[in-house]
Amino acid sequence: MAERLSNREGIKGMANPTRYGIERVAYWLQRLSGLGLLAYLIGHIYETSSIVNGKIAWDKMLALTQTTEGHLILTIVIGMCVFHTGNGIRVMLGHGGVGVGRPGQPEYPYKAASLNYKQRLCIWVSIALAALAMMYGYSILMGE
Amino acid sequence: MATVSVPKSSEETTTQPSTITLRIKRSNPSESTEKTFSEFQVPVQKWTTVLEAILYVKQNLDHSVGVRYSCRQASCGSCGMKINGKPALACYTKLSELGTSIVTVEPMNNFPIIRDLAVNFEQLISNHKKIKPFIVREDSEITPGTKEFIQKPEDLEKFLQFSYCIKCGLCNSACPTMATDTSFLGPQALAQAFRYTADNRDQGKDERLKIVDDSHGIWRCHFAGSCSHVCPKGVDPAMAIQLLRGYLLGFRK
Repeated sequence: MAERLSNREGIKGMANPTRYGIERVAYWLQRLSGLGLLAYLIGHIYETSSIVNGKIAWDKMLALTQTTEGHLILTIVIGMCVFHTGNGIRVMLGHGGVGVGRPGQPEYPYKAASLNYKQRLCIWVSIALAALAMMYGYSILMGE
Repeated sequence: MATVSVPKSSEETTTQPSTITLRIKRSNPSESTEKTFSEFQVPVQKWTTVLEAILYVKQNLDHSVGVRYSCRQASCGSCGMKINGKPALACYTKLSELGTSIVTVEPMNNFPIIRDLAVNFEQLISNHKKIKPFIVREDSEITPGTKEFIQKPEDLEKFLQFSYCIKCGLCNSACPTMATDTSFLGPQALAQAFRYTADNRDQGKDERLKIVDDSHGIWRCHFAGSCSHVCPKGVDPAMAIQLLRGYLLGFRK
């Protein structure tokens, strides 16, 4: 009831990347890829821990990753990893005040200096690098 | 050389008003009424603002619509609302700029609703007060024997932009962290913390940094930039927050 009265958007609003430009899309992708990498880490620990159950258990677990589905998941992991790193560097530098512009007299129509072309370029480069890495990774995995 | 000519006939200068459908989200939490939309047909000119359309509805169609407004010129920060899904000032948004024949107005997110389009600013104001939005120092310009605090234009430029904040709450409404964290200070308060910290007359930097250095403070900002995207005054809260964080991370002194 209290939450309804507060009119908070909640996770649905936080996860909606459509309304506030590419920076909000980058924010959403960063969160999504972070969660994806966390899930991968947990899965990876589970997978490698099967080695303690002997060679048969290990081979059985490894065979799961050698399928088309397994390769697709690994390709997505490569993309998430590259995007999260590239965009993460942009965000970390931004957090220190690097590349966010300088304060000055705002002029109509008030384009925010922190949402500048360098930031946008870094986001697009991160997306492009992730796509390239995914294509390369997919070709290697499928070529095995 | 520019040429100014007189219009040939009165017909060419007369703009026939077109009509749009204004959908207003209605709710009254004090009576626990369900949220519904009321639709109104409103005649508009190319210069008609969303606020004028709402006031037309109040004057001619349904006087019970709840809306807060004052200056009608983007100076008071009273008429913030969600227009076609995005936070904006109703007095500062022309219907013709929206380019749709159906315009939906809703109360801003992340603020408790008072009624219909009016929201409660209690948290915004209390967070604003928390960060000590004033010059902190022992002496004062009005103390006898004290000289005027000299400030160069370049000193002024470091914070002037952030002093244009009208506390309309649009940044808090757009912020993804505000959407989920009820205790977050919010971009408005954090930007104002930087405004006073960057002022060379101020001596309260350490006090203010202690306030924002909190789990629900500056570290909850992830630089999504939505606050700066919707700011109607060019304050750029996202920049202020990152520069403020620079003090805590040792990038600035």
